[in-house]
Amino acid sequence: MHCCWELVLPPVSTVMAGLLKRALRLRTALRCLCDYNMLSRSTATLSPVDFHSPFLTCSSEQVLASTRKLHAGADGSKVSPSAAPERLPFCRVTEEDLAFFRKILAGRTIVDPDLVEPSNVDWLKSVRGSSEVLLRPQTTEEVSQILSYCNSRNLAVNPQGGNTGLVGGSVPVYDEIILSTSLMNKILNFDSISGVLTCQAGCVLENLSFYLEERDYIMPLDLGAKGSCQIGGNVATNAGGLRLLRYGSLHGTVLGLELVLADGQVLDCLSTLRKDNTGYDLKQLFIGSEGTLGVITAVSILCPRKPKSVNVVFLGCETFEQLLKTFQLCKSMLGEILSAFEFLDSECMRLLNTHLKLPNPISDCPFYIVIETSGSDPTHDAQKLHNFLEEAMTSSLVSDGTVATEEAKIKALWSLRERVTEALTHDGFTYKYDISLPVERIYQLVTDMRKHLGNRAKSVVGYGHVGDGNLHLNVTSPSKDPALLAAIEPFVYEWTASCRGSISAEHGLGLKKRNYIYYSKQSQAVALMGNIKAMLDPKGILNPYKTLPDNLKQ
Amino acid sequence: LSCKVLSSVVTPCYCFVSPQIRVKPDNTGVVTDGVKHSMNPFCEIAVEEAVKLKEKKLIKEVVAVSCGPQQSQETIRTALAMGADRGIHVDVSGKDYENLGPLQVSKILAALAKQEDAQLILLGKQAIDDDCNQTGQMTAALLDWPQGTFASEVSLEGDKINLVREIDGGLEHIKINTPAVITADLRLNTPRYATLPNIMKAKKKKIVTVKPADLGVDVTSRLEVLKVEEPPQRQAGMKVETVEDLVVKLKEAGRV
Repeated sequence: MHCCWELVLPPVSTVMAGLLKRALRLRTALRCLCDYNMLSRSTATLSPVDFHSPFLTCSSEQVLASTRKLHAGADGSKVSPSAAPERLPFCRVTEEDLAFFRKILAGRTIVDPDLVEPSNVDWLKSVRGSSEVLLRPQTTEEVSQILSYCNSRNLAVNPQGGNTGLVGGSVPVYDEIILSTSLMNKILNFDSISGVLTCQAGCVLENLSFYLEERDYIMPLDLGAKGSCQIGGNVATNAGGLRLLRYGSLHGTVLGLELVLADGQVLDCLSTLRKDNTGYDLKQLFIGSEGTLGVITAVSILCPRKPKSVNVVFLGCETFEQLLKTFQLCKSMLGEILSAFEFLDSECMRLLNTHLKLPNPISDCPFYIVIETSGSDPTHDAQKLHNFLEEAMTSSLVSDGTVATEEAKIKALWSLRERVTEALTHDGFTYKYDISLPVERIYQLVTDMRKHLGNRAKSVVGYGHVGDGNLHLNVTSPSKDPALLAAIEPFVYEWTASCRGSISAEHGLGLKKRNYIYYSKQSQAVALMGNIKAMLDPKGILNPYKTLPDNLKQ
Repeated sequence: LSCKVLSSVVTPCYCFVSPQIRVKPDNTGVVTDGVKHSMNPFCEIAVEEAVKLKEKKLIKEVVAVSCGPQQSQETIRTALAMGADRGIHVDVSGKDYENLGPLQVSKILAALAKQEDAQLILLGKQAIDDDCNQTGQMTAALLDWPQGTFASEVSLEGDKINLVREIDGGLEHIKINTPAVITADLRLNTPRYATLPNIMKAKKKKIVTVKPADLGVDVTSRLEVLKVEEPPQRQAGMKVETVEDLVVKLKEAGRV
């Protein structure tokens, strides 16, 4: 069993790297030698980042020191790895360039600062670019012409969909030209027998949902940003969302893509076939590439039938252990009809009550669960649900709850989970973390973070797709606070790395998390990513400063 | 008023999610197959008000009534889960149910009120599938009781009821005697969520089934639906880039 796991950091110094490697090999060797059961039982009560445990020797200090180096500049000053790097030597937009754009996009080349401004700032209002040009193509051909021109002129391009991303990946860092897909919003085809929908990348997710619902289908993904996010952006970021538990990720449901590469070449992989093993599956590379390998212009996606019977249950639990046991019970009694299993903590409920005036439908509990079932027979599902609820109540796993079967009530219960993000924006400046962890560890991170931060933070909340092992950890403060940030990072990333979790479960890396990639991926893997990027976009004009770490540029 | 029975009507109505409303091919009505039945939102507000009055110990018992086929029992169960004590299901199905209108329902309610010796009838102001807004008023007339419609505030004072009514001009304050009929408007209250313990308890509460004939009511309709049509399709608008284009298009359409 390969139990050796290296935390490899950018080479701060070869001596340090050598020390690290030896220290970690020692640590993993110790692990393998010890009785594995004893180790796991004892660490159950310890926080995973317990640098004083008997199994770590003097290596712990060096690990700490190196990771702190990652967060300091060469002269020891505190430059955050999430801050933007220096502007790369792209050309700047000239009048000639504008004339060219205006020729191919009459009336859709925007240079009015007031109109460009909203596209320069992200949804969280946490990062701002200084682009002066916003282009709004309507066809793949126009996108191809734009990219071909920009590639030849060495002009950087920032593809932008609904601008709802949370890691600063959707807005320019400097003066990159914003390439918006908003006008590419046509549905091209829907096959009602196979359920395959083909549409342009700028279609808003909610609009696609409405279109499909009329035809008795639904989109395989659903997220809180559905009213604004576009399907191209969803695919570019491999968005997860509330239905992943049931329908899987976009890597499985996207059947084909049409893209434009950095040099303007149109790559037509817009297949609608469910099975096609002819050669390398190129579209998988672009799903989740965050606009750095190509611009997605059309998507074909496999859609499930609209369930005839949807029920939403809102439950309250006293402890996280009970929540996990409820999850087990749920899977065993509702398994085939379970379509979502989300949680939020009491802090989230407090924010919903305070900032959005949403009342708690049940009594106050430390943890709340939102369970959704989707099935083809209302009577069967009602029976299954009834049995599950009876069992959950009699075994005291759940202390209170309510059920919704009608549209309006279902929406109301879902909004308690979907609007937590919104409630947080009213609470102050939010530091957002989207972490994948082993399910049983999820809430430990929240309690450890609360203890670690003490009263430096205003609120520390945990919520998310507990069914997928995905925690959304959020910390708020009255305003931007570098000292608080320094306390949160790298603590949160180190904690995650020590559980072999992901530092970005579904939000992607974008601008803010690009340099933390090494907490979750090995350096060889990242180097290969760099090679692929160099091959597909030699001039690096597509969404620069994002996704891949800065040290690759060397 | 403390020892009287309160009757609350829950109307099961078709819960359409637009744009799924489709007219039947023979234009006799709207397609209802496979459409979910759920409690009329205004009736939910009425049930909530009834339960609130019981919690304040101003009334003794809440009886939930529903007229319709077998599925109406589910709607009654929801009312029971919200706090009603027992239910009466008036069994009307098939063609009779399709033709069931406010006049028939109000006759049934009047008969039940007499049978149960109710002092207060609380209903929703109108059903959201037919928007008639007639049942409450007709019931009061048949019983010769005072009525307080579009209530946004209800308070009991001895054997009289103080009501605030929402009317076009604003709010009207009235005082009526009991027994009375009240219809609930949107702002009367926010209906509670039925919590799990109550949902479980509700399964054990009694629902009695009766037929309209048992109450001496004839449900034949006095109305005949001639035709049901969809509203005319809305024509798509058109965007133009410049003012000159706009003038040209207006001239083309003969508007200028």
